[in-house]
Amino acid sequence: MYYSRLKLASVLGVCLLGLLLCLPNGIRKPALSIPWRQIHLGLDLRGGSYLLMQVDLPSLTHDRLQTLSENMREALLKNHLGYQDFRIDADKAVVSYLPRTPDEAQAGLTALDALPRLSAGEFTVTKLEDGRIALTLSPESIAAHAREAVTQSIEIVRRRIDGTGAIDPEITRQGDDRIVVELPGISDPERIKALLGTTAKMSFRLVDSNPLHATYPPTGVSLLPMANPADGPALPVYDHVDVDGADLTNAGATLDQKTGEWAVSFTFDSVGTRSFSSVTQANVGQRFAIVLDNKIIEAPVIRTPITGGEGQITGGFTAQKATDLALMLRAGALPAPLAVVEQRSIGPSLGADSIRAGMISLGVGFALVVVFMVLFYGRFGWYADIALLANLVLMAAILSLFEATLTLPGMAGMLLTLGMAVDANILINERIREEVARGRTPLAAMQAGFERATSTIVDSNATALLAHVMLFVFGTGPVRGFALTITIGIVTTLFTTLLLSRMLMARWYALTRPASLPV
Amino acid sequence: MLGRPLLRFVRKDTHINFMRGRYMGLLVSAVLSLASLILFIHPGLTLGLDFKGGIVVEAKTPAPADFGTLRAALAAHGLPHASIQSFGAPDDVLIRLDAGSGKETQTLVDTVRHTVADALPGTTILRADAVGASVSAELFRNGMLALGISLAMILGYIWVRFEWEFALSAVVTLILDLTKTVGFLVLTGFEFDLVMVAAILTILGYSTNDKVVVYDRVRENLRKYRTMPLMELINLSINETLNRTLAHPPRCFWQPCRWPYGAAPHCRVLHGPCCSALWWALLPPSSLQHHCCCSWGKAASSAALKQKQERPPPPEKKALPGWEKLPPRQGFFRVPLAPCLSLIRRP
Repeated sequence: MYYSRLKLASVLGVCLLGLLLCLPNGIRKPALSIPWRQIHLGLDLRGGSYLLMQVDLPSLTHDRLQTLSENMREALLKNHLGYQDFRIDADKAVVSYLPRTPDEAQAGLTALDALPRLSAGEFTVTKLEDGRIALTLSPESIAAHAREAVTQSIEIVRRRIDGTGAIDPEITRQGDDRIVVELPGISDPERIKALLGTTAKMSFRLVDSNPLHATYPPTGVSLLPMANPADGPALPVYDHVDVDGADLTNAGATLDQKTGEWAVSFTFDSVGTRSFSSVTQANVGQRFAIVLDNKIIEAPVIRTPITGGEGQITGGFTAQKATDLALMLRAGALPAPLAVVEQRSIGPSLGADSIRAGMISLGVGFALVVVFMVLFYGRFGWYADIALLANLVLMAAILSLFEATLTLPGMAGMLLTLGMAVDANILINERIREEVARGRTPLAAMQAGFERATSTIVDSNATALLAHVMLFVFGTGPVRGFALTITIGIVTTLFTTLLLSRMLMARWYALTRPASLPV
Repeated sequence: MLGRPLLRFVRKDTHINFMRGRYMGLLVSAVLSLASLILFIHPGLTLGLDFKGGIVVEAKTPAPADFGTLRAALAAHGLPHASIQSFGAPDDVLIRLDAGSGKETQTLVDTVRHTVADALPGTTILRADAVGASVSAELFRNGMLALGISLAMILGYIWVRFEWEFALSAVVTLILDLTKTVGFLVLTGFEFDLVMVAAILTILGYSTNDKVVVYDRVRENLRKYRTMPLMELINLSINETLNRTLAHPPRCFWQPCRWPYGAAPHCRVLHGPCCSALWWALLPPSSLQHHCCCSWGKAASSAALKQKQERPPPPEKKALPGWEKLPPRQGFFRVPLAPCLSLIRRP
């Protein structure tokens, strides 16, 4: 029942500090460079889009196997070794072939084992039971490659989104192969989806001029469709990449002066310039295809060698398309395709409605509780109400301190916490009432009330705390926001009921020394 | 002003013989739960977007929505299966589509968006969600996992904190509560989604809360009135805590109750959970029966309890380090954590 001055001051100090921490939410950030922490509003309250993207990791492995198989062929040819039945088994991460004769198997093994690896132990070369030679990617290297690819994808996604001028985008990794993109203020994510859904792997490859190959492409040549089907039938294009789109330093959308068409102009870096000029020098008169994500944007004929390291792509673009393509080329290609697996978008008006509704509910709920407590518990009810207000303030303070995100379910959580908080006060008051009814003196009744009720309060809050911490840890999406506010709310509830409201009651008793309690 | 309380729920000399109806209460409760279980199997819960996957688009049309035009427009775009309904106001439209393959779902939502905007010019899209089938399966698994683990934690806590008889009756009553809540959801047709999982957990948390309060009192009275018959003792405990039991729910019910009104119609996300919270407010009468039921469970093992009643501080507590220094009432946890935790409860 006795509270030292220090204890009194620290409890009040915490409440004041809470009030101070709440302030930034109501006031605009001043120009001064003081820490200004605010509660963030979730997408459901301010409007915006949430995209959950999945990185297509199998295609990543497939791409790597494809490259390796090309290297294998080259190595075998160089060593004058024959091969039959070249096969890529992406599920098992194996490339295998059948040597021409059993004698060549050993030579093939050594030749393939000498292939450059991205990392030590990236793959092993073995002879299978059926006489095939197999190159197998190790699971560790696949995992490492995947990790790297996701990190890289996040970086590229960020660059692409920044390029669109979106405000405060949040890009985070989720699990092994997922990326969460949160875009406040963008309620129609169609453009972003298109932007992120394009891998934007650009390459410059020669077109096979043999007309027979247009129908039956040999190994090393693929039949690629035109990006715009109106431009003509699919063309046979060499798999060998002469110039990689990754060697670009800059790209921009320009309006072609002569034709009045939108085009994307680009500049190569030194590597790109060198290879581009050597290819164009050696193949004057040939068609050179610009391939984006396995579709031919255009395939112009090389008239003169291009040595300046600059070029232009025209493919019947609209202004938007040219801008987006330039943006994607600048930001770089994604290591693997991204697919949207979940999207949620909320219009700004709905968010505003939700905030208003939430505030009304909070206000009305609070008012009801205040009136209820006063009607049922009198003076001690008033104290409980003060504690309840402090509870609300402290919750907001902690949320701002951690710059937590407040969502609609989070607001519901706050509201429910008020109910829990008031329950603790009811427990204390009911207990005091009982003790008074048993004929105890005011002091003894209050003391017994506090003490007996405490264990019940801690019990009931601890169960709720446990449940909601688990919900926060294992839950997803809206559940987490809800669990977070309730968890914080339970902690502040314990503080306000076990310390603040109790202290108020004790101080009142110490100051007035009443002959009977108003219960 | 208003220094003294004006109202109270029950008079302080209330003595309702709850235990007299214990068999009846348990029977009614069991029958209701069984009915709920049957409802759960057939027709089953209405899964929400989170767990079923698919598309939900909410739009506000400038005039009361013309469903015919909308349906025709959607059918023209190859979406004749779209379900169109209005909610709240006549100018609020809700369009749903079931999940197709992952990629399709994500592009379909744009089709729906454009179709609605073209068919009814001036329409604002309030919300457009698309959840792929693989994600929804994962969300469901995670949701159930979270629910399961949270429940296990609640039970674990009660088991640590109280004697096993209490924990057992807590399990039984919690299951009864859970099944009835599920039955309520099936009957009302509220969508079962992630927010609802949180709501169910809150309901169960509150229900546990009620139990903890009563158990606490039962335990206290067991120590206080060593010779009182068990039935009488439980009756006394329920009556003593009756004011609080009745006082608690309404507020928690009044508050969420504001949601549907204050938030209508757009916050339908929370509509279901709020109504479920309302449902919870109806639980206390039944939860009182649960107390009876739980005490019935205890009565079954009353011999064991009687024994416990008669031996002052349970011997196992003595054995734990740190306990000897504390007087019996101070014993908070039955695990050695107690001495540290008891610090927080010293004023």
